[in-house]
Order: sequence, then C-alpha cells, then structure tokens
Amino acid sequence: MSYAAIADRDHEREHHEPQTFITKYIWSQDHKVIAIQYGITAIFVGLIALGLSVMMRLQLGFPNEFAFINPENYYQFITMHGMIMVIYLLTALFLGGFGNYLIPLMCGSRDMVFPYMNMLSYWVYLLSVIVLLISFFVPGGSTGAGWTLYPPQAILPGTPGKDLGIVLMLGSLALFIVAFTMGGLNYVTTVLQARCKGMTLMRLPLSVWGIFIATILGLLAFPALLVSAVMMLFDKLLGTSFFMPAISSMGIDPGYTGGSPILFQHLFWFFGHPEVYIVALPAFGLVSDLLSTHARKNIFGYRMMVWAIIAIGGLSFIVWAHHMYVSGMNPYFGFFFATTTLIIAVPTAIKVYNWVLTLWQGNIHLRVPMLFAIGFIFTFIHGGLTGLFLGNVTIDMPLSDTYFVVAHFHMVMGVSPIMVVFGAIYHWWPKISGKMYNETLGKWHFWMTFLGTYAIYLPMHYLGFQGVPRRYYAMGNTEFLPESAQALNASITMAALLVAVAQILFFINIIWSLVKGPKSDPNPWDATTLEWQTPDHPPKHGNWGDKLPVVYRWAYDYSVPGYKDDFIPQNVPPDEAPAGREHGVKH
Amino acid sequence: MTIALGFLGIILVTLLGWLLKQTINVQPWVAETVGESAHHGPLGNSPKLTGLLTLLAVVTAFFALILSAYALRMELGDWIPLTEPQLLWSNTVMLIMASIVFQWTRNAAVNEQPGRLQAGLLLTGVLTLGFVLGQFIAWQQLQNSGQLITSNPANAFFYFLTGAHAVHILGGMYVWARATIKVVSGSQDVEGIRRSIELCTIYWHYLLLVWLVLFGLLLST
Repeated sequence: MSYAAIADRDHEREHHEPQTFITKYIWSQDHKVIAIQYGITAIFVGLIALGLSVMMRLQLGFPNEFAFINPENYYQFITMHGMIMVIYLLTALFLGGFGNYLIPLMCGSRDMVFPYMNMLSYWVYLLSVIVLLISFFVPGGSTGAGWTLYPPQAILPGTPGKDLGIVLMLGSLALFIVAFTMGGLNYVTTVLQARCKGMTLMRLPLSVWGIFIATILGLLAFPALLVSAVMMLFDKLLGTSFFMPAISSMGIDPGYTGGSPILFQHLFWFFGHPEVYIVALPAFGLVSDLLSTHARKNIFGYRMMVWAIIAIGGLSFIVWAHHMYVSGMNPYFGFFFATTTLIIAVPTAIKVYNWVLTLWQGNIHLRVPMLFAIGFIFTFIHGGLTGLFLGNVTIDMPLSDTYFVVAHFHMVMGVSPIMVVFGAIYHWWPKISGKMYNETLGKWHFWMTFLGTYAIYLPMHYLGFQGVPRRYYAMGNTEFLPESAQALNASITMAALLVAVAQILFFINIIWSLVKGPKSDPNPWDATTLEWQTPDHPPKHGNWGDKLPVVYRWAYDYSVPGYKDDFIPQNVPPDEAPAGREHGVKH
Repeated sequence: MTIALGFLGIILVTLLGWLLKQTINVQPWVAETVGESAHHGPLGNSPKLTGLLTLLAVVTAFFALILSAYALRMELGDWIPLTEPQLLWSNTVMLIMASIVFQWTRNAAVNEQPGRLQAGLLLTGVLTLGFVLGQFIAWQQLQNSGQLITSNPANAFFYFLTGAHAVHILGGMYVWARATIKVVSGSQDVEGIRRSIELCTIYWHYLLLVWLVLFGLLLST
C-alpha cells in the first residue's frame, strides 16, 4: 500500500460515516470531533484553574480579608492551579486539541491512522479529569503538595490532602499518561505514514512539525512521571521506601527507611523539563504559521526552523537538573546543567529572529490572530531572557524561592502558550465552525489580556529582586520588605482580576459567533495550507470528499511575484502557477 | 540517570540520522511534482508496525527509567541484595519457549500454512500464561520466606520490576487472545490474522529481551 493509500484507506474500505447523534458527537472516531471534545474539556478545567489563581491573588493582594481562604486551602489552590494549567489544559489542548484537528487536515489524510484508539484516548483523558476533580471533594480535600508533589512532605501529616487527595492526584496522572500515549502513538504514526501524495516531510507546515516533535518528547518523557507516580503510590499505600527517608513526622515514626527524595526530583524533572517544551514546541509551530499567513510572507528560514525545533527537543532532555540547583549537587553537575541550559538559548534565539524577520517588510494584517501571535513574541522573549538569568547556578540560588521565578515561568510557559492558544483558536475558528467571530470584541480581548498579563507579571520580577518569597500564604515577619511591596501585590491582584474577567469577552465572542456570526469564507485568510482547501466547509467526515489532495509545494508560497493572488495553496500544480524561486523571491 | 540518558541518546541519534536523510539538501520552496515513492521511509508502509515500534520506544523509556532509579537507589546505605527464587530460571525458559513457538507460528502464517496456527497460538498462550503464573508463585515464595515488599528497597524494586513486566505481558495477551479467537472460530480474515501474529511476535521477542535484561540485573545485584 502506498502512503497516499494509507491516508485514503477509510475511503477504500467500508466507510465508517457515523449516522446517529451519539456516534457523531459522543462516541465519535472523527479526529475533528475528538479535537473539539479535547478542547472543550481542557478549557473547562482551565477555567477552574483560573478561578483557583484568582483565589490565590485575593489572599496575596488583600491578606486575611477573605475568611474562606486559609493556609491549607491556599496550598491546595497553588497545587491544583499549577497541575491543571500545565498538564490538563496546555498539554491536552495543544496535542489532543490542535494536534487532533490539524495533523490529518494539514497532512492531507482522512483521519488519524487508529481512529478507535484516538477515541479511547479522549475518554481516558476525560476519566483522568474526573478523577482529578473528585479529589476536590474527598475528605481532606485535594493535595496541597505543590505541583511538583515532592516527597516526603507530599504524603506526610501537615500537608493538605495527604491521604486521598494525593492518591487521586497520582492516579489521575497515571490515567492521563495512558490517554496521552494512545493519542501520541496516533499523532506520530499519522505524520509518518498517512501523508497525502507529494507531502514530503519538508513540505509540512511548521504547526505539524511542532506538534510532531512535542509528541515524541511527550512519549519519551511522560514515562518518567508514570514511574515516579507509581513509586510514590507504593510509598504511600504499601509502605515501601523508594523516596521516603527515615523520618520522624510530628513525633511519630511512619516506618520509612533510607529512601531518597532527590531520586524523585530527578525522575520528576526528567519529565518536568521536557514538559515545558511539550507545551512550547506546538506553540512555536502554530505561531510560525500564524505569522507567515497574516504577514503574507514565507516563513524566514524554514529548514532552520525545523531543525531548531528538533534541536530544542533533543536538548530539553539534558537540562532537567537546573530545577534542582537549590537541592544541592556536585558543582560540576551544576556547571554541566547550566551550560546545556544556556545552549538551548541558541536554537530558541534562531526561532525568535526568524519570526521577527518573517514580519520584516511583510504585508502585515493586524487581525486578531496576528495580534496574539505578535503578543507571543513579546512575552516569549521576555520570559526567555529571565530564563537565562535563572539558568546560572549563582543567580538562581538567591532568586529560586522568590517571585522572580513565578514571573519567569508564567511569562514563558503560561502567558506565551496561552497567547498562541487564543491566536490559533481565532485563526482556525472559521474552519472549525464555519462562522466568523467579532473582530472588535477579539481586539478588546487581546489588548486586555496582553496588557493585563504584563501588569501582573512585570512587577513580580521586582518583588522577586526584593526577596518576596513564593509559595507563602502570608508574609509574616519579613521586615526587610518595604511596605510598597504589599501595595504592588494589591495592584497585581487588581490586574489579575481584570484579566480573568476579560476572558468573558472570548466566550461571548464564541457564543455570538455560533448563534449570530456571519458565515465565513472557506479560506478567509487566503492561507496556503491544506486544511483551508477542503471541498466542504467546515470539513465533513473523511475531510476530502471523493479524492485526496495532491501536494506540489511547501506551505509558505505567499506573495510569489508574477502570480495573480498573493498566495498559492499547496495543492496547486506548478504549471498553474510560477514555481517560486525561479520567478524570484528577490525583486 | 545515565541508563535513561543512554537509551534516549540511542533513540535521538536514530531519529536525527533519519531526519537528516529526509531533510538534507532538500529545497522545500521549489514547487514540483513528487512521485509517491518520494517519502518512503525505512518503516515501509505499515502504520501498525510504526505504531508498535513507537510503543516499544515508550515502553523502553519506562523500563530504562526504572533501571535508572534502581541504580541510584542501590547506592544508598539500606540496600540489602535479594536472593532471587530459583523458580525464575524455569520461568525464563518458559518465556524463551513462548517466543520460539510464536516465531514458528509466525513463519507458518507467512508461509500460508493455516493448519499450524491454532496449535502454535494455543501453545504460546499456555507457555506465556505459565510464565506469568510462575512469576506469581515466585512472589508467593518470597512472601512466605518473609521477604515482603516493605522489607528492603531491593525487594520493592524486585516486585515493581517483575510486576511491571507481567502487566506488559498481559497487555500483549489481549492482542494474542483476539487473534486466537479469530483463528479458533475459523475467521476468513487471513490477512488480518497474519498481521496480528507478526506484530505479536515482535512484541513477544521484545518482552523476552526486556526480561533477560531485568533478570540479569536482578541476579547480578
């Protein structure tokens, strides 16, 4: 069977077109429906995590004004906010959501290669979310161990949710990993095996490259989280001592002997650092396509962009211990991990330069997706630069437990990916729904989110320099802090409330668009990639009608001189349009 | 963590070499008609094989990370080496035989000798289940001699490693069961049965290899 035949195989066989409401929208094996299911679930839990962060900000901005927030709750809010945002929102949305929607459409395939497993992937993900949410309501509440779940404190008295809370958390993570593995096998195999005729690897849009490499990272990194979760469950439930040292807890000997909490940290961060790039690489890919499309210019340095994604992915596996400088380590190790960390700046900087150079002299259309894409460049440079500070052992030591770190990682892997999430949703919304959104409302949403998040995170860097500790419920006896630090904290809280409320605009826009929005053109942005060239709009089950597309060119033929339109779709043959460089990208 | 890194290094180098071959000296901006054979990779045209190999990479990462943890934890003071039950030797022989019989069944399927499939599959199933049961009895023997999972980190790792390996075997038994039911019920889906058996054989050989590595490690430490 040839590649194109694999992409087309559903069509050759008995067509599994769903008939009833249930097979069409609930137990669906269609990658587009599964993508939307993933997206809705992820955004739903993301909203819960947003609510938790608002509670945290209320306590920090106005300490002890709110009786319903006590120290135990506060730690539970921190933990669940972090875990949900990183794993259940961003990982699920980028790979389960955008990965599912875009891979088959952009590769010119009818569906994922294992549709049934794809469906299972979503339902196991939903189960993991349900287990996670149940942990809020069990006796003792959800775990308050921090999103890193470090033993020994995660399972010892004094930490909220040390019984059922942590057990459900670890169980939920294990389920998530199973779900991700099923989805991930699909994404990798589909990209490798089900591309349509003519779609060589180097003609893939960067979105697919980002998602593809991120999936490989996930497949290799999530086992580390699984191993640590299972071993911690053993320590908690069976009384083994993988991680638990001989310890006296509140005057009682819990019976552990000589385990190593540092071992957990190694395993956790062996997953935890690649996780940053599991979230970042799809964002890199999607934003590249957004910038190119809305600047009407080919992406600058396509091959370099592909290799930068691969290099970042590879390097991300040998930097994990930079999260553990304060745990203490051999100075030579510290030197090694600081060096590898700083080396990652090289491919990352290549990407940033190429994005900026893509904009250079482009025909920039400042539509909503483009605003978010440019916003991403700002927030990503900002968060990336503070990463260079923290990658050095000597600078990390004093800053590691302060708000500087909170500011850094929120800029680089909170705000930046979220910018891309919104940009990408606005960009592909017409394809998903067949409707247009309201441009003005979208612009308000962008500016309030963009400026608001800066108002939140920029001052946090100063708080960090002053030594304001992170993770604290209340400041207590910290005379070295000026009173103005509290004033700044109050202003950050106000900004956070504003940003949280601004997200309502997004949902109003979505609902308005679904109910009253004007019908969109099949290709409203004049984009080149295959998903905009489907015979039906929005694409139907099987994506391509009777015949699969054939690809003749890369995804970035924008503003090709000598051609009547300023874009040439990937499936336009060379004899119907000039062949790119021969006619001169150079004027 | 060197074990995990070593494994990752191998995977990444393989991946990079392959990608380099696909991408070097390619001019993506040139529009041209590309024949269907243009992106035939070393995996040929088998989505299921690609999926299986990817899964094996994930499982290898899983075991490599446990072994890394094993090596790190072993260094600490409270580690007392465990004397493995002798039964593991006969279990190992059973798993090796299961692999051999599966290979024989696969050859029969490829050479279109359907008469042998049923016997081959059933015998493989018996041997494999015998292995899992044997592992369980080995656990019981350890329990009875007072070697509990909590007694020592070496014990905890023994139970964890053997348990994780057995779970993977049982996962494979699910696919084996589906193929066997098809064969026993006289299904006409010859192509599907052949492919299931081929993929299962790879999986069985792989889990045998994992077991030999684990067993060697357990014996030597």
